[in-house]
Amino acid sequence: MMNTGCIKPPQIIILIFLAVLLGLAHFLKMDLAGLFNESLIKLVMNGVLVLSLIPMLNAGAGMNFGLPVGITGGLISMCIAVNFRLAGWPGFLMSLLLSVAICGILGWIYGLILNRVKGREEIAGTFIGLSLIPLMNYFWTLAPFQNRQMLYPIGGQGLRPKITLEPYFYNILDNFSLVKLGALEIPLGLLGFYGLICLGLYLFFRTKAGRAAMATGENEAFARLSGIDIFGTRRLAIILSTVIAGIGICVYSQSYGFIQLYDAPLAMYFPAISAVLIGGSNGRRAFIFQAVLGAYLLQTIYLLTVPIANEVLVPEITEILRTLITYSIILYALLYRERQRGIGH
Amino acid sequence: MKINAQAYKFFNIEIVVPIVFLLLSFGAWQFSGLSGAFVLNQVIIRFIRDGILVLSLVIPVVAGMGLNFAVIVGAMCTQAALLFVINYQMAGVAGILLVIFLSILFSLLAGLAIGFVLNRVKGKEMIVTIIIGFLANSIYQLVFLVGFGTFIPVINEEIILSRGVGVRNAVDLSMYRNTIDKLWLFKIGEIEVPLFMILMVLLFAGLIYYLLNTRFGQEIKAVGSSHEKAEIAGINVDLIRIKVLILSTVLAALGQLVFLQNIGMFDVYTAHMNADVISCAALLAGGASIKSAKIRHALIGIFLFHTLFIVSPQAGQNLFHNAALGEYFRSFVAYGTIAFALIINIKHEDK
Repeated sequence: MMNTGCIKPPQIIILIFLAVLLGLAHFLKMDLAGLFNESLIKLVMNGVLVLSLIPMLNAGAGMNFGLPVGITGGLISMCIAVNFRLAGWPGFLMSLLLSVAICGILGWIYGLILNRVKGREEIAGTFIGLSLIPLMNYFWTLAPFQNRQMLYPIGGQGLRPKITLEPYFYNILDNFSLVKLGALEIPLGLLGFYGLICLGLYLFFRTKAGRAAMATGENEAFARLSGIDIFGTRRLAIILSTVIAGIGICVYSQSYGFIQLYDAPLAMYFPAISAVLIGGSNGRRAFIFQAVLGAYLLQTIYLLTVPIANEVLVPEITEILRTLITYSIILYALLYRERQRGIGH
Repeated sequence: MKINAQAYKFFNIEIVVPIVFLLLSFGAWQFSGLSGAFVLNQVIIRFIRDGILVLSLVIPVVAGMGLNFAVIVGAMCTQAALLFVINYQMAGVAGILLVIFLSILFSLLAGLAIGFVLNRVKGKEMIVTIIIGFLANSIYQLVFLVGFGTFIPVINEEIILSRGVGVRNAVDLSMYRNTIDKLWLFKIGEIEVPLFMILMVLLFAGLIYYLLNTRFGQEIKAVGSSHEKAEIAGINVDLIRIKVLILSTVLAALGQLVFLQNIGMFDVYTAHMNADVISCAALLAGGASIKSAKIRHALIGIFLFHTLFIVSPQAGQNLFHNAALGEYFRSFVAYGTIAFALIINIKHEDK
């Protein structure tokens, strides 16, 4: 499995699609510099969520279809920060801090459950995520939040589905040491934050625990023989994944400008998973580079399809093509991965 | 350990889950303030609508493939058949026969394809069927939202959006509505009993029961208990699994046909959504697991699950003055039942 550099059908399709879109964008005389600026923001906005998949993949716990678990933790912490009207850096940092704490607990529980269903994490994770959403809907409706800006106007009960971050920490990372070079705007702070998380992950996989996780994912029987605590290692990886997912949604929301509650997390896990696969992961192991590349490719495609959609007769077609590509790539990875395993036996 | 084993036997999933559902639905019904006759009527209607869909899940479970979330593909096959026939404006009996023929044909091909795919991912069928369902939904949208009016000629302008491309969100099925629903309709007090339809669901139940007891059924069970042993016994495991998937998909297609003709309106892009999750949860509510399912689980499960489904929004309204909470409870029960079944079953598998 050393041939990670080899280009496989999904990457070819994505590159062709991207080339066509870029051609169209040029043809439609779209502002390419502006698109590039936005693509950097989109990369980090979604990239942290994509990075969050790596620990679980590498520890052999599969693609994290239970991503809503981590996202939920991040959403709770942002709601708490907004509830106490923490604006600016204190608000954002408090959100991150609370995310780490809440997602740590959630990840620990999630890890316990996933360890019980070892080998079937993906299907179990899917339904854990899906059943957590309605459960959290109760929380969003009934939790005693006080800030009027978060609540439904008169007549409704509970938090609103989209809480604006405008007066709190909207774009706080995006605008942090923003460097302007002509038409180009490079969000150094945002990229730096992303780089820090990448570096953290890279260093984690250099530690003893990180190596143990890699070994568990690669060959479990062998890892057990060499005295690695399989369940403990997997739990650590799952907690780490959940915590990064929580941080990911904080970064996402500060870029997007809204905290999206209720069913919104459901729309996030398939694109994230397909991003890491587009980057060249085989669905069993992922490198940080692949997660970054995949997130960039996928988000650039998403970015390009929006203005093009307005030009064609059937605007829905781009959205449909996006989902079609997302699911095809995940299906392809599932099939391809199983066949590899089949040959191994 | 011995006490533990006894406790497991006593708290058998097959008994506990239906009892929990019974208690939950009874409690929710008490709070909902709905009359017993209303609930019973509704449950009977749901029983007819969802019966065959739930039954279509039984065979894949017996074959050891877990819950077949790809039944949604069968449902889409029927909807595709319906849309094509409506487009060519075939009404009456000829139209219905053509719909049945086409939906069986489409679902047969789809089942074949899914069967081939699933033979490559033995042991991970469920997650793959979920993705297949989503993928099929994208393709379905592509065909009907973009394809109609561009490369598929439009004959019936009524079903097309005003921009000339794509099928409308809702298509009227009144020309097929209640063609068979109202056959042999009895009234016992306030309760309406469409005997013909109930007998039809039971007939399908009987057919599947019979099928599972034929030689073919024995082979399915053998494949379900162990691939290796089945292989040694001279059974072509891959072929059996493909046949099982075809059967399941075709049954799902027929189930969706019954569902749509009963409703009489056809939400082109949403009618099939959640059909898989609701049917799977209903089957599990009846006491099935992802390792074993019997016809009675399906039949009991539909009653229990749909009773809860009908009463919970109203109960939420009365308890919390917020009907949305009842809705959340509904989806939580549907997804939670499946999550619970997965966690419990996979744990047992290891022992």
